Amino acid sequence: MKTNGNILFSGVGGQGILLASEITAYALLEAGMDVKKSEVHGMAQRGGSVVAHLRYGKKVYSPLIEPGAVDIMIAFESMEAVRYLPFLHSGSQVVANSHKIPPPSVATGKMEYPANLLDTLSSKVPVLSVDGFAIAKEVGEIRAANVVLVGAMSAFMPVDGDLFIQVMKKRLPAKILEVNLQAFSRGREVAQKNA
Amino acid sequence: MSQNNSTERLWLSGNEAIALGAFEAGVKMASGYPGTPSTEILENFSKYEGVYTEWAPNEKVGLEVGIGSAFAGVRALVTMKHVGLNVAADPLFTASYTGVRAGLVIINADDPEMHSSQNEQDNRNYAFAAKLPMLEPSDPAEAKEFVKTAFEISEQFDTPVLVRTTTRIAHVKGLVDTGAHTTSSVEPGLVKMPAKFVMLPGNARARRVAIAERTEKLQDFAEKFEQNRIEWGDKKIGIITSGIPYLHVKEAFPEASVLKLGMVYPFPAEMIKDFAAQVEELYIVEELDPFIELHVKALGITCKGKEIVPAIGELNSHILKKAFGKETAEQFAPESLPPRPPNMCAGCPHRGLFFNLARLKVFVSGDIGCYTLGFLPPLSAMDTCVCMGASIGIAHGMDKALGEDGRGKTVAVIGDSTFFHSGLTGLTNVVYNKGNSTVVILDNRITAMTGHQENPASGATLQNQPAHVIDIEKLCQAIGVEHITTVDPHNLDETKKALEEALAFQGPSVVITRSPCVLIPSEKKRKKIPYFVDTKNCTGCKSCLRIGCPAVNWTPVSPEEGKDLGYKEKQKGHSMINEMCNGCGECAQLCKFDAIVKAGTEEA
Repeated sequence: MKTNGNILFSGVGGQGILLASEITAYALLEAGMDVKKSEVHGMAQRGGSVVAHLRYGKKVYSPLIEPGAVDIMIAFESMEAVRYLPFLHSGSQVVANSHKIPPPSVATGKMEYPANLLDTLSSKVPVLSVDGFAIAKEVGEIRAANVVLVGAMSAFMPVDGDLFIQVMKKRLPAKILEVNLQAFSRGREVAQKNA
Repeated sequence: MSQNNSTERLWLSGNEAIALGAFEAGVKMASGYPGTPSTEILENFSKYEGVYTEWAPNEKVGLEVGIGSAFAGVRALVTMKHVGLNVAADPLFTASYTGVRAGLVIINADDPEMHSSQNEQDNRNYAFAAKLPMLEPSDPAEAKEFVKTAFEISEQFDTPVLVRTTTRIAHVKGLVDTGAHTTSSVEPGLVKMPAKFVMLPGNARARRVAIAERTEKLQDFAEKFEQNRIEWGDKKIGIITSGIPYLHVKEAFPEASVLKLGMVYPFPAEMIKDFAAQVEELYIVEELDPFIELHVKALGITCKGKEIVPAIGELNSHILKKAFGKETAEQFAPESLPPRPPNMCAGCPHRGLFFNLARLKVFVSGDIGCYTLGFLPPLSAMDTCVCMGASIGIAHGMDKALGEDGRGKTVAVIGDSTFFHSGLTGLTNVVYNKGNSTVVILDNRITAMTGHQENPASGATLQNQPAHVIDIEKLCQAIGVEHITTVDPHNLDETKKALEEALAFQGPSVVITRSPCVLIPSEKKRKKIPYFVDTKNCTGCKSCLRIGCPAVNWTPVSPEEGKDLGYKEKQKGHSMINEMCNGCGECAQLCKFDAIVKAGTEEA
């Protein structure tokens, strides 16, 4: 199994990408790997397109993933999966939230949200589409959609799923732990059923 | 967080690592002004036991506070973003002359690629210009170590020390080991040293010579400094690099010989000459300006730098491979998609102001903060943005340049924190020189864009102590502004009226739009009643969409759906309010058809 890799997190500012990438990073750290993560704060965060790079392995130098070198992309919004296409190669795995958030031009009726985005994407790379919001709603916390996606992604990673659970138990506040654990295992199930 | 001398392995951002480094170096005093990507340094440092940390109103004051602490014999840390060092440049250049008693370290965070900045100046140039040593780490672990080293250098060589980070160090997380605590040997106290501290010409001339001697000593130090190191590989290619580009070099050319500069000024000339002599081809890989390149070329050494490596924007290993003609991975072509720029939050109080400025068709002299987003469509109501505080000076300049032709057509907009940072002097100038500008002070009680840092209008300090709230109305009165109005920007018509009156007033006028940022904790906790769209009443006029609120979306309907809703044939959709609604009610004020209703007030 490959022991180094590049994970790209993409989505819309405010979707919980920070927490998702932190859980993933700490699971990899628990597995004894070197991990670097890069993101941007400030103006870029106010509802705009956001991306975080996570690289792991025995020793990581650059914190930035090269175009065409992503192993797994976890996209929290459909259009934001397609936006970072140049980072992917034919062997990349995409785990994408089927949820759509209209950008300002669409929300104001000036442009249309592009149709069939994830279908177009799956003609190029394998895509696991996950209805993160529906599952999050079922476990009783809509804000846990990010962790549903992490659960689905974990099935494609070379680390034990239990490490993610350990990390959440260690790092999440007690009052949100249970729903997030459920969100994680429901997401992981979706990926395993589709495997 | 408490003191702990046993080593622990942590996973920290560069900013968290710098805070830890300062704590391990025995720093007790820290000041600065928020600015991406530097902000989290002081936020993290403030949580350590036994330290004093504050937000200064601007970077100049922050550095002066640091100089005071260093003169008093207490190690001080000062933090700011790259453009902040422009504001602090005045004390910086003369602090180079005075030197220090206890260590003084200035963290300067550059932002190549301008992720959250108005320019991408390369502040290594300040090290050369101010004749100060500058260290440049390449990852969080080095960031922590370099801060500790910087304090040693500061005291050993009697100099302030600059540490330069960039976005990809500040906001990168990596493994960091905690280390031993060090302390300063300097005794705290008031010591009169006029020849050193009083920079009048006679004293300064003597200090100028001291700087020259110091620079020579630092050059010797650079030759032996263990963070200036050569990693020998294949000698066909030798690369001199520093900071984050070092990591991109290791990624792209693991086989090359590398001279890594941990200290980017002054240079280890002998080490560079030796390295150059042993490699067949010498390259300089650095982000932004040819800073190292120019100094290497000045040594009479042939090398290649900016002729192949871009001088604009961030580097990465992909760009370097291409620059050196090395094969890169195949990649998919990008798809054409609607852009997703950042936007003001749902319920943001700035929205009501900018909607009105757009309605009034005035020229808006803008400033730096979340409200700079008022530039974007559909509001499109910002016409200049230069630097912190510039809105008022620029509006006054236009007023004086155009005279009667420009009267009542220009508005300066400035946030509360930016006003305290450097707007006060601009407003003073307007009154003093009999200007006619209208200045809007957007008082949301916090420094929002950088992540909600306290300021003199917040009522709290960085260390969460209660603080005096400056009365902006009285302040403007004291300056001499005669027309001052305060409005709630969520009330669209009242805001419009206040702006019209201010524009019509002969003489300087101030409108204060006061409403708290929706993201500050007390506002997040406040129970808010959201609005919803009664789709039957919506005529699809899109009036509510003019404010560009992310909680209000246009929803197209099919002809059948339209028919079911009783719509006329030409109505192609309706507005919809999503779960982001904060209940500000601005959209409801724009609806002429009672289609936007507050939850709980609808007719049964």
